[in-house]
Amino acid sequence: MNDLEARLDRIRGNVAPRNHNARTVAALTSNPGCARRAIMDAAGVDKQLLASCAGFAAQFGQSQFAIGRGNAFEAQVKAGGCAELLRLLREHLQLSIPEVSYDNLDEVGGNTCREVRYARTRALLARAARSDQDAGTLFDHPLLRLQVGGRPVYLEPDLIAFQLRNRFYVVEIKSFSVIDGLADGEKVAAAVIQSAVYVLALRDLLADLGFGADSVADNVVLVCPENFSNQPTAALLDVRKQLTVLQRQLARLERIGSLVDLLPPALTFDPRLDEYGLPHRPVSELISDVRTVQARYAPQCLASCEMCFFCRDEARGTTAALGREVRDELGAVELVQVALRLADGTLTGADDQAEAAAMLRAAARLRSECLDGAA
Amino acid sequence: MSTLVALARALAAERGIAQPVCTARHVHVSDRPLVLIPLALAGEANAPLAAMVGTDPRSPRLLVVHQPRNRDQRFAFAARLAEIVLAHVGGYRSAAAVTRGAGSQPGARHVDAPQIIVPNPAGIGFIRLLGRSTRFRRSTGEHAVDPAVPVLGRWLTFFAERSEHPGSCLLLAATQALALHWASGQSPVEDLNLAALLGWIDPPPGMTGYEAALAAEDPVASPPAGPATDPTFDNEILAPLIAACGRSDVTDAVRERSRSSLETALSGQLAPTWTLVWQAVKLLRALPSAGRLATRWDADKDAFTSYAEHLRDGGPPQPRRDSAVAAARRLNWLERAQASYAAQRALDDPLVLADYRLTGEAFGGPVTTAEPDRLDTSGKRRKLRPVITVVTEDPIRVEPGAALVSPTRPGQTARVVSVSARPPDMPRSATGSDEWSPSNAAFGAEASRPLTEVALELSGGMGRALTAVPGSVPVVGEQLCYTTLTDSYQLHGQFPAREETPWTHGGPPPEYVPTDADAVEAWS
Repeated sequence: MNDLEARLDRIRGNVAPRNHNARTVAALTSNPGCARRAIMDAAGVDKQLLASCAGFAAQFGQSQFAIGRGNAFEAQVKAGGCAELLRLLREHLQLSIPEVSYDNLDEVGGNTCREVRYARTRALLARAARSDQDAGTLFDHPLLRLQVGGRPVYLEPDLIAFQLRNRFYVVEIKSFSVIDGLADGEKVAAAVIQSAVYVLALRDLLADLGFGADSVADNVVLVCPENFSNQPTAALLDVRKQLTVLQRQLARLERIGSLVDLLPPALTFDPRLDEYGLPHRPVSELISDVRTVQARYAPQCLASCEMCFFCRDEARGTTAALGREVRDELGAVELVQVALRLADGTLTGADDQAEAAAMLRAAARLRSECLDGAA
Repeated sequence: MSTLVALARALAAERGIAQPVCTARHVHVSDRPLVLIPLALAGEANAPLAAMVGTDPRSPRLLVVHQPRNRDQRFAFAARLAEIVLAHVGGYRSAAAVTRGAGSQPGARHVDAPQIIVPNPAGIGFIRLLGRSTRFRRSTGEHAVDPAVPVLGRWLTFFAERSEHPGSCLLLAATQALALHWASGQSPVEDLNLAALLGWIDPPPGMTGYEAALAAEDPVASPPAGPATDPTFDNEILAPLIAACGRSDVTDAVRERSRSSLETALSGQLAPTWTLVWQAVKLLRALPSAGRLATRWDADKDAFTSYAEHLRDGGPPQPRRDSAVAAARRLNWLERAQASYAAQRALDDPLVLADYRLTGEAFGGPVTTAEPDRLDTSGKRRKLRPVITVVTEDPIRVEPGAALVSPTRPGQTARVVSVSARPPDMPRSATGSDEWSPSNAAFGAEASRPLTEVALELSGGMGRALTAVPGSVPVVGEQLCYTTLTDSYQLHGQFPAREETPWTHGGPPPEYVPTDADAVEAWS
């Protein structure tokens, strides 16, 4: 393990490591075949910095207005020992909650170190899980850990764990609106998969302590502003499906160790920053090192990965860069050029491409017929 | 997506410029569309920040909310937008109404309908939510708003709901309208960026589509088409300017300067998109209009007329959610509209029909034999039933007995008599000189491809006599397409009346009455 850590540290180089969070784990599962992302995330590479040093900066900034609203809403829900949140839990979820205590795990006596916080989270949750008392407890910002690619990663906490009658619930506070009972589907989907990551991590922790999977509910509580107001509303969401997907994808993620073993020992993504934060490594050298690790680009990466422009440029000329649907319709032929030569008949293609080739030729014939040969 | 569209994307990627996927225009473009580009404040629930709006490309109106979190200023924005939108809509309401054609609903329809064009689907979402947040408001009592605001809300809701109807063109998103006609060399996800999509379709001189699309992704050179703004713009320009406008410790002159700087900054974010939307309008207008487009626009005019009458008669605003029966009816309506829209586009456009030829639902080829005078004598009366044979190399999935129609002969039904494989190198037939051989004409040197012969019996569209009207029966050598697609009348689903909503669906819903709570709902 130490050997692996050393390799990963070397790959990251002399740059502060980036933590995983539920969003990055969720993104990882959306493209599990991408070794480049798996390695970079495992090594804690600052992908935004790396992309910009390689000349492919991608904008993943957040507007201060969005951050402001998110923080204000979260503060409002948590104000007065989570008074609003308790009202919601009682009203919307018909939970009869007699009495509730509140533990903030954001820091431990001024210590914000991850190991210390994780140990404290573990100790407190263990005590809560073992006690038989009926009262509920809210744990704010518990630091959790999850095995990703055979290696533990800490999750930047953005949740509340709520324990009631020996069962934990994940509570996620989001600032997108629920209007007349409907919210933006993409945002809900993202929130649900992130909650599932927390459920999984919480189960991991409790399993270590000898508790079964049912000690964490597979329903999560999503708290959002209602309609056009700042008033919170809550909904109970079933994340069983997301849990299955997540578990399958995490299991499929190749072990980081075996991926790293395939790489040249001297490989590093270090841009060699000077004291002013300026990179001093030749860009071509950096690019060629990044390319050593294979990526699997899809247009969906544009919404979720800081390396997207780099990989898109590299994937130019492939059918995958045009989207999975296009690639499938072109008979899963890998290169645009090959698909087009199969279509115009200048290339016969391998045996396993015969069916795709026939389809492409028929499409090309029809297109040319409809456009008077101008196609 | 179909293989033909995928092929067009691949061609576009290789050639560096978008490729057509239609040979005709399938969206109506008004002579005077109202272009509306909304911007919203990040993080808030559809809080308007600014809009550029107008019907004249040379003189856009700019609306700005100087304090986007201020409720009064939001409603002031809504009132100013209402003035513009209601004037646009009103122009079509006051225009003379004409009687509808035979077979349509009774009553008169307005001669034309208003059209609104936004840059992208998210712009339609903004219109829907702005409609939702304003349509229940009242102009009297507590939290009274400008009387135009609730009317605006109802119209915007009408436009947004109508945009879900396949083939409707009252509210268009420029990216969708363009993507319907051109395939770019990038992915559908990237096509949502109007500037990038137009970069592929109509790149500036000296640039490939690829280069133009890449340049269009720079948020400084090419600001996002909204409603979401560029986060860097928010943080570095917008936030300080909004703060400056909100300062109370400065003189009026200073505040006025801040307000005008904010307007200039937002205008700078909107103006490039304004130009792009009008560029899209121009590109779309240049395409020849598809044959059945006018019918669909007539349906839009009907919808507009009905809603105008509903408002004139003091009808209530659209409910927050459909009742069970209304939802089921609407779904049935949408399904039928979808099927009919797909059929109409295919019948209007050979390149769209080609998709169906690839999957076996349509085929095309030359007529090789024709018996224009054949009579069916099996019944009491003799009937004119010409038989023709079409040879095609398209894969066919039609069964004998199936009723087909040819896009170029819509009034005539062709019943499949037989489908048989034709030997690839069949020698020239001895039966006569009107036999057309594929090996020496359209199929060129590639006669070795598998061919299929389809015998078709024709009825309708040939006059009443026992001899066909000249030209009404295809002649040998003519190229024809036949398809199973049909745009004919489809049965409506049967639904109970609202009062008879079954208990499985919650029983009859209460009559919708706008409440005080609706009218004074927080918008913060």
